[in-house]
Amino acid sequence: MIDFFKGLLWFRRGPWEMIASILIALGVFMLMQPYAMSLYTYSFIVTLVGTVMFIIVSHFPE
Amino acid sequence: MQNKSSSGPIERLAESTPDSIASKARGLSDRAIAWIFIAPTIFLLLAVNIFPLIWTIWLSFTNFRVNRPNRDIDWVGFRNYERILTDTDTWATMQATAHFLVWTIVLQVLIGFTLAYLINKKFRGNDMWTTIIVLPMMLSPAVVGNFWTFLYQPQIGLFNYVVAFFTGADPASFSMIGDVHLAPWAIVIADTWMWTPFVMLICLAGLRSIPDYIYEAAECDRASKWRQFWTITIPMVLPFLMLAVLFRGIENFKMFDLVVQLTGGGPGNTTTLTSIDLKREAFEKWRTGFSSAYAVILFVTVFGLASIYVKALNKVKER
Repeated sequence: MIDFFKGLLWFRRGPWEMIASILIALGVFMLMQPYAMSLYTYSFIVTLVGTVMFIIVSHFPE
Repeated sequence: MQNKSSSGPIERLAESTPDSIASKARGLSDRAIAWIFIAPTIFLLLAVNIFPLIWTIWLSFTNFRVNRPNRDIDWVGFRNYERILTDTDTWATMQATAHFLVWTIVLQVLIGFTLAYLINKKFRGNDMWTTIIVLPMMLSPAVVGNFWTFLYQPQIGLFNYVVAFFTGADPASFSMIGDVHLAPWAIVIADTWMWTPFVMLICLAGLRSIPDYIYEAAECDRASKWRQFWTITIPMVLPFLMLAVLFRGIENFKMFDLVVQLTGGGPGNTTTLTSIDLKREAFEKWRTGFSSAYAVILFVTVFGLASIYVKALNKVKER
């Protein structure tokens, strides 16, 4: 866990990619879930932030 | 001999090249030649992929309608996105797509892997069965849609009679493509029938790539068949399975022809998948700006999912 936060602090690819992946997965779930309209409304922005973040952080050093 | 080679087609072409061009070509670096070779591909990629993408993103912020090209185009900001993301019908379409995606992938992977596992065993008629199983994949989706429409007919459809045989229900008492609860399953069954062979072929390639000596070593260590399956077969086939899921996931996200032919998106909107809805918005209602925003949302979703999936796939391959 400490390594994870250290990685975030030093802009390492692993932990940042994990956060981006979680955002994308969350966004897709929000887009397609049948429970709450508000989740659906904010799904695209969550997916977009995750995807853009993923593209950026995949250029970070290992 | 030398005279003969000097009069070859390349030499003749070189001789016929004007001196002004020949002197320029002689001075090209390897890097420049490499650029000349890849330039047509880059140009095509820009023209066919990148330009339409940028154009679509721009259109998604406008009220452009392609059937009214002379009308002024107004910049509407995020209004198209707001409309899509607050529309209950579009939300229902997303749910229908999720239902279709999840169930087709689950069924295709389970059945496809099981078939591949069985076909991988050596038995008589192995090749013939492989060919028979692969047949549905070779058909056109429009043909498969039509074909399953007949199978699902309540009065004469074979599917209803098979279900009636096993359940004792009256074959005419239910309609797979006319019932709001059954229609989503009707498209899942038809797609699974058509594309399970594809998953099977990929799994079969994975199974055949496992060397026999690994199983022999496991036998020497007295590992049970069950343990061999979970510790050798599954981990070694996993990258192939994940690849199959990626291909089917992307393909099914944009599924159109089979479902249109089978149910036309009905009854109501129960089988209207995103691609069908998008086509209606773009080419029946002619809301080009709105449908561009819709396309951008779908693109970001598929792109994001594919990114994390490819990352996971690479991790599995590295193991």
